[in-house]
Amino acid sequence: MGIWIMAGVTFREAARKKMLWMALAAGGAFLTLFGTGLHFQAKDFAAHGMSPVLRREISFAMLTMGLYAVDLLAVLMTILTSVDTLSGEIASGTIQAVATKPVPRWQVLVGKWFGFVGMLTAYIAMMVGGVNAVTYVMAGVTARHLMHGCLLMWMESLVLLSVTFAFATYFSTLTSGVLALGLHGLAFLGGWIEQFGALTQTHRAVNVGVIASVLMPSEALWRRAAFEMQSPLANAMRISPFSTLSVPSMAMVYYAALYLAIALVVAIRSFSQRDL
Amino acid sequence: MSPASDLAIRTRGLRKVFGGKVAVRSLTLEVARGEVFGFLGPNGAGKSTSVKMLLGLVFPTSGEAEILGHPAGDVKTRSKVGFLPEHFRFYDWFTPAELLKLHGRLYGMSHALLRERVPALLDLVGLTPHRDKRLRDFSKGMLQRIGLAQALLNEPDLIFLDEPTSGLDPFGRRLVRDIIKAQRDRGATVLLNSHLLGEVEITCDRVAFIKDGEVVETRQLDGENEEQTTVLIRAVNVTAEVVNGLSQWTPSVRSESERLTLTLPSNSLLPEVVRYLVVKGADVYEVTPRRLSLEERFLEIVGRDGGM
Repeated sequence: MGIWIMAGVTFREAARKKMLWMALAAGGAFLTLFGTGLHFQAKDFAAHGMSPVLRREISFAMLTMGLYAVDLLAVLMTILTSVDTLSGEIASGTIQAVATKPVPRWQVLVGKWFGFVGMLTAYIAMMVGGVNAVTYVMAGVTARHLMHGCLLMWMESLVLLSVTFAFATYFSTLTSGVLALGLHGLAFLGGWIEQFGALTQTHRAVNVGVIASVLMPSEALWRRAAFEMQSPLANAMRISPFSTLSVPSMAMVYYAALYLAIALVVAIRSFSQRDL
Repeated sequence: MSPASDLAIRTRGLRKVFGGKVAVRSLTLEVARGEVFGFLGPNGAGKSTSVKMLLGLVFPTSGEAEILGHPAGDVKTRSKVGFLPEHFRFYDWFTPAELLKLHGRLYGMSHALLRERVPALLDLVGLTPHRDKRLRDFSKGMLQRIGLAQALLNEPDLIFLDEPTSGLDPFGRRLVRDIIKAQRDRGATVLLNSHLLGEVEITCDRVAFIKDGEVVETRQLDGENEEQTTVLIRAVNVTAEVVNGLSQWTPSVRSESERLTLTLPSNSLLPEVVRYLVVKGADVYEVTPRRLSLEERFLEIVGRDGGM
């Protein structure tokens, strides 16, 4: 019961603090900009009499670019919105009035986690769905395996959420934010090193990327999502932010699921055992 | 020692060390059910840490603590406990009624009960006219009042009030006093942590003086069981021999013209002393027992430097 009460409060907090509405407004602006770009592109394609195959591939590339931007926004949204919920309440003492109620601490944490999961699910569904809808209306193209890709992006967000929660039970808000973003930055860089390694067939560079993904599998999930969603031709494109020269395996996806679960368990244990 | 079932709070050698710093050295304490108990001590004496250990917010390094017969921190027992933190903070986007409803739901209270209890509590703490305001628009005193209301929401058997009058005006302080009295009349136990010694003196049945994380002394405040009393006696025809004779009750006797000042180890010796003076031919005009104020005793125990 405590879980759902805390999840509800977390959701309501986002709405009352206008966080939810601002995210929706920013998302709306993003989709409008994306749609405008696609509209002018479609007009130009028609004017130049571009071949349907090329037109389709370029639209696919635009779609993947839009999804890439959504992924970056989701990463930032996940860390920035959730980083203060535990460490901030511990620092201000707000948590004391809740932690002395007949609700186990793990339920307080899991409730907050579910609250953010709800918000992030809505956000990712809206943005991924929006980008796909706009591309479909403007160019008649949608992601290849939309659900798979969307679920992988959602999972990436959940991994980052759980890691941010785990850090927030040990450190202050700022430190937790820096650590979570830093860890994702490591994975991001590792992803690029892996791509370049694959391009130049430097196996040790590929291994560096794999190790970075083991340390933080968030970026690997995006790369797998990009692989699932873009066209086979686009997948064969050489170096780009969404190129998939070295595609993370399903084993990496399972590893990410395990990583998520472990991060959540660490957060629960740390929060349950720390002084408030 | 009282039987465990009669105790609201029981600790044995409770200790907390943060890093290398000892916050609570060894707290051994018993508070009976139905008592209003004051926790006194200088800043940094370990009062708040002790309260937090009893509430399960802070985990002890060693020692034992029980509240209402269960280990401190027991989740189920918390449904019978109320707590007002020293600096009550909560989500500032809540209205006071929303705050109380949320806390009530965390206590597992039904919606029907909350519909009845929430307006009554808002009324009790004088916040009914502000029921639609957000907490962000509340003054410190108003936050303290709503914090007090949430601590009473579940009609707790044991209430921890950490500096409840901080930020309150005289009306608010009076309100806290009345609420504590009402809780005692209801049979609840109240542990009051306050720097305002006058408030403690008026409100509490018993106090513990804490210094360096240890109970230095506990003291009954109902007067009858006063352990030490200073008495002013105005009398004439008191010879030096009679004054010397008073040493059988106390070594602390001062004689200045018609005034005798003596510190008796117990209030109960006073009638005996007066009888002695009369039998020895003194004419007694006035006997004024002067209770050592809590503030004087506090300063005596913790030292004039505030225990720093």
